[in-house]
Amino acid sequence: MTDASRDVLLRVENLSTQFGTGEAASVPVQGVSFEVGRGEVVAVVGESGSGKSVTMSSILGLLRGTTGRTIAGSALFDGEDLLTMSERELRRIRGAQISMIFQDPGMSFNPVLTIGRQLSEAVRVHDRSLGREQIRTRVRDLLRDVNISDPDTRMGQFPHEFSGGMLQRAMIAMAMINKPRLVIADEPTTALDVTIQAQILELLDRMRRDFDSSVILVTHDLGVVAEIADRVVVMYAGTVVETGSVTGIFHRPQHPYTRGLLASRPQLSEKKDHLFSIPGQPPQVITEHVGCPFQPRCYVGRNEEACGRTRPLLREVADGHSASCHYTDRVVPVRIGAADDRMGALHD
Amino acid sequence: MTETTSGSAATTEAPTIWTVPTTTIAATQRSPRRAALQRFLRNRLAVAGAVFLIVVTLAAVLAPLITAYDPNAVDLSSYQLPPSAEHWFGTDESGRDVFARVVFGAQVSLSVGLVAALSAALVGLVLGVLAGYLGGVVDAVIMRIVEVILSFPALIPIILVVTIVGPSLPIIIIAIAVFEWGTACRVSRALIMSLKEQNLALSTRALGATPFWMVTKHFIKPVLSPLTVVVTLLSAGAIQLEAALSFLGLGVRPPQASWGSMLNDAQSLTLLEGAPWMWFFPGVAIVLTVLSLNFVGDGLRDALDPRGKR
Repeated sequence: MTDASRDVLLRVENLSTQFGTGEAASVPVQGVSFEVGRGEVVAVVGESGSGKSVTMSSILGLLRGTTGRTIAGSALFDGEDLLTMSERELRRIRGAQISMIFQDPGMSFNPVLTIGRQLSEAVRVHDRSLGREQIRTRVRDLLRDVNISDPDTRMGQFPHEFSGGMLQRAMIAMAMINKPRLVIADEPTTALDVTIQAQILELLDRMRRDFDSSVILVTHDLGVVAEIADRVVVMYAGTVVETGSVTGIFHRPQHPYTRGLLASRPQLSEKKDHLFSIPGQPPQVITEHVGCPFQPRCYVGRNEEACGRTRPLLREVADGHSASCHYTDRVVPVRIGAADDRMGALHD
Repeated sequence: MTETTSGSAATTEAPTIWTVPTTTIAATQRSPRRAALQRFLRNRLAVAGAVFLIVVTLAAVLAPLITAYDPNAVDLSSYQLPPSAEHWFGTDESGRDVFARVVFGAQVSLSVGLVAALSAALVGLVLGVLAGYLGGVVDAVIMRIVEVILSFPALIPIILVVTIVGPSLPIIIIAIAVFEWGTACRVSRALIMSLKEQNLALSTRALGATPFWMVTKHFIKPVLSPLTVVVTLLSAGAIQLEAALSFLGLGVRPPQASWGSMLNDAQSLTLLEGAPWMWFFPGVAIVLTVLSLNFVGDGLRDALDPRGKR
């Protein structure tokens, strides 16, 4: 696939990020590759500690100044490598071309500045030429866009006067205010009430259509994925284990881990006494693996010699669908709505 | 999410809800600034100190209006007069009005104290922000300097500097600022270090803000309130230092009055015994001002600390 045929906006290739050095080093992101097309919503899924957030921070260079650093790979945004850019160049991209929505909006706003002021400053960081009134109008319009009623009053209020859902909507407004081409939403609904989550996702989807932006949606909620994503990247222990279209992933998962994730979802259509769970824990301190990092928890390759010896590489198994598993043919498809007896049997 | 947690607390520990004293509820509903003011007003010593400082400051500012005497005018006809209706604090051996000298001396003492403390705080703030924000080598170097400075009694190096460069008010102010910025630096560094680890710092960086933008828009404000306390306590120290220097003859040039130089003038045994008003009033002025500043500083510290709701 060439860039021209798919119109790629962001191409992350073989990205590795390391924290610490020497004995104490851990590598939470190991050779991650994925693409985001123009106008596309890509979901990055995986459990806590799978390296989703670190990958996103690496792309935006937000780890600079910590012990973390990218040790390999590239992240081509519109043909330019974000990883080799100077901090000064990156600052022009952050918030203007690529903006970020964080998990906890309450912690991401300054508690002693009004919402209006903070949104205005998101504009002023990049464009000093605009007048006070122009910025005010833009902020007001955007707050109205994200369904905040009476924006004039709301602009004069402080974060603590907003509810969690409203704050996240203000955060979305702030992320969109410079009309970015890519929005990275890092678990935007995790800190919110379930009742508000759908609203926020709907809003995010509408905003990215209005502004013609691409979205990377980091989440561990597969329900969210099915809702708005075009493509899915499944991460496990710092690697991409599977990537493909939403329908491909949901109906024909090619990796046992994805299979397990899908089977763990609660289904309304069936009665279950307990939900399926993948046995074991993800690796705690991540170092370079010899074999497949998922092998100890895998129902397919737990006893396979090949899985312990060689690390499976991401390979294309169907059009636009890749998985890193030696035995993709042995992964059983998910029968949506049917009882998952086979999975249970395979695990015991 | 908060609603769900409080909801579950209500079902499991319902009785505790009702035993919460109403005052605490009221306290949480006040605005932080108002709450701080109320905490300050509850501290009697701090309020007394604040009142005294206001009076002294007004006296210093309005000095020409509240005394008819020129503090430096020699009048040999009124030589060493004890306090009277005409000369409230008496006169000194040159016949100068002690009250006028105390009031005009307050101008020197207070302005030196305030300006020196503010400069020290500014130096400390800038270096503290640099150390806290940049960390690494910069932090290590700045903090070692702070340790060296804080381990000296400031008076000794200041005396050295003033003797070499020659006494004058700007030199005294600079010397105090140079040798007293350590505390302000530590306070701001510690706060910046914790602020920069918070999500707000990350989201501000993700907006494309420069470090300068981040510091000026988001980090300075929270540092200012603890720094106010430091400035108050520093100015008490600076006033003492100025008085000490003037007393040693390294401060203001005669005939200009400062509280320290007035004590210097009243050193001889005959004056100590024969004209106690000459040293008593400037001495009391120094003691009360320094004490008041310390009380106000303590009061501010307790009032501005949101955890210390005593």
